[in-house]
Amino acid sequence: MNKIKFTIDGKECFAEPGQTIMEAAKANGVYIPALCRYEGLKPAGSCRVCTVRVGRGHMAACTQPVAEGMVVENIVPDLEDMRKSLIEMLFVEGNHLCPTCQKSGNCELQALAYRYQMLVPRFPYQFPVRQVEPVGPHLLLEQNRCIQCLRCVRGVKTTDGKAVFGSVKRSGKKKIAFDRDLAAGLSADAAKKAMDQCPVGALLKKEIGFMVPIGKRKFDQKPIGSEFEDKRS
Amino acid sequence: MARKITIEPVTRIEGHGKVTIRLDDSGRVVQSRFHIVEFRGFERFVQGRPYWEMPVLVERLCGICPVSHHLAAAKAADVIVGVGPDGLTPTAEKMRRLMHYGQMFQSHALHFFHLASPDLLFGADADPAIRNVIGVALKHKDLAVQGVLMRKFGQEIILATAGKKIHGTGAIPGGINKNLSLEERDSFLKAPDPMNVDKMIGWAQGAVDFFKDFHQKNKDLIDGFAAFPSNHLSLVRKDGGLDFYHGVLRAVDADGKKILNDVDYRNYLDYVGEEVKSWSYMKFPYLRSLGKTDGWYRVGPLARLNTSDFIPTPLAQKEFEVYKAYTKGKPNNMTLHSHWARLIELLHSGEVIKELLLDPDLQGEALLKKGRKAHEGVGLVEAPRGTLFHHYRINGDDQVTMANLIVSTTNNNEPMNRAVHWVAKNILEKKPEITEGMLNRVEIAIRAYDPCLSCATHALGKMPLEVELYDSRGRLLDCKKK
Ligand code: SF4
Repeated sequence: MNKIKFTIDGKECFAEPGQTIMEAAKANGVYIPALCRYEGLKPAGSCRVCTVRVGRGHMAACTQPVAEGMVVENIVPDLEDMRKSLIEMLFVEGNHLCPTCQKSGNCELQALAYRYQMLVPRFPYQFPVRQVEPVGPHLLLEQNRCIQCLRCVRGVKTTDGKAVFGSVKRSGKKKIAFDRDLAAGLSADAAKKAMDQCPVGALLKKEIGFMVPIGKRKFDQKPIGSEFEDKRS
Repeated sequence: MARKITIEPVTRIEGHGKVTIRLDDSGRVVQSRFHIVEFRGFERFVQGRPYWEMPVLVERLCGICPVSHHLAAAKAADVIVGVGPDGLTPTAEKMRRLMHYGQMFQSHALHFFHLASPDLLFGADADPAIRNVIGVALKHKDLAVQGVLMRKFGQEIILATAGKKIHGTGAIPGGINKNLSLEERDSFLKAPDPMNVDKMIGWAQGAVDFFKDFHQKNKDLIDGFAAFPSNHLSLVRKDGGLDFYHGVLRAVDADGKKILNDVDYRNYLDYVGEEVKSWSYMKFPYLRSLGKTDGWYRVGPLARLNTSDFIPTPLAQKEFEVYKAYTKGKPNNMTLHSHWARLIELLHSGEVIKELLLDPDLQGEALLKKGRKAHEGVGLVEAPRGTLFHHYRINGDDQVTMANLIVSTTNNNEPMNRAVHWVAKNILEKKPEITEGMLNRVEIAIRAYDPCLSCATHALGKMPLEVELYDSRGRLLDCKKK
């Protein structure tokens, strides 16, 4: 057994060779906040919420492999504040109206905002003008809420493995687009899966909004990250 | 010199309104107007949204009776998913009814105990320092406490059915997203006094008795104040019984003649038109058969007890008979009798809540149904303040392309203007000066309709009142504030 030994916030952890900091943290019961990461998908390192510090360097825990003797800082005040500011930026960049969003209670962005007790973002709202676009017969893409985590780009595939979504343009104009012909072939089940993969209310399987009552939604009872943090304490 | 009097804002109504009264050189009223200053634009900004969002999105119109919007939108969406308006499962329909009657109970309790009772208990000329809910709490502690707890009881019912006390998500297209657990049920049926349904019904009966007693002692005020003939419109159950959740559309004239005879509300556009006037953001609905000038109508408790043939619960029916006997079975056109009607409805809501709680259908598991998709849906309910219309059209991608909402307060737009006019003519005209009491009477006339104007603001107690006087050229002559 060739386990790699390292620490996260002083806790001694072990990793398999080739594991990322995120994977190893999970295996050791440590929560590293993340947003674009999704179990089973190749990491994208795009949201930077999982940024940790090793020595004086900052790195995305989802893409950085663990090395022997690494001393990782995770839940420390300055990193947590940076994560909070990332969440705030995502909120002001789009139009996130939780009260009327069907993903409310199941939304990871909202859950992280609760975790960081975000009351009012410290950045000015951008109020972009964006549309709702139908994606094939079973899905809607609510561009107002897309945070460009690229989960759909990585995860929503046709039965023969073709990617349905991609990102187009750059910088402030960057957005998620899709192939109409491929989207037309997405089944209702694939649409549901796409909705579940999307961390926010941007991909919506048609006609199932609000079916889960308040109190029974994913984050109503257990705040995000609590599956690890409860065990730790 | 011609003068224009502006009263702004009107206090103790839900939201924000403004009244202007123009007097000519000899002090006679030449014009009175009740302006709605808010413009919320919901009909525009729901366009493009998925239709299943409507019950949750549109209820944000109002923080006072969101359940009405929630349910009217859900009923329209039922039609879109092919199960409306009569095809819901018993559990779904009864859960929604429970939610709605819970709301009716809390809203009517709030209105009577906290918004209307100060005027009745202390009179329009009383010191404004006591003529508010705090004054009620100090002088009539039991009434104030009952008001708070009845409101709370209704809100707990809403919580158990909609998931939240305000802005819940319970009603979804084609049904409901939860049933009522036995624990929830028992928390209403069997809780210790006073938070159980029997006590609530008892208090509601007490409120009706209180009003009747007050009426006996103040007949001139209650019968004469801002009384004027009008048409009346509401939903009624198919058999003519009072129903707040569902039914057919009926209208009667001031003498009780049916002018809309139990028609399917989905065709409301054939019967109801809306006139736009340049000086108000709020439209003026009218019955097409009678035209713009004569077709205006009242909605709300007064109208409902004029259109309905009976009330399908025993205690409220008994009170209904007393109430009807007072006008010898004819429609009641006395503005302040709205309070009486509202309290009878409060009692009825309590009785219906109890009936529903005892119904095992509420524990049923069949919550949702789906049928053949339609691209248009109309949903109506009787909101606390009156008939509420929701109408949506969607495109092939399930996005809303058109929304038309006629809210209760819009339906009562002309009646409120008439009530203000009555006060202007009968109380303000030819008086050398405008007193606080006179201005209060303008407010009392409006408040009888329990208007919900903005609606998210919730004005309780004292709000600043501003009076502005203008001459005929629009120059400000005087400005009084309180
Ligand atoms: S649509 Fe959802 S999954 Fe796709 S990039 Fe946007 S937020 Fe991520």
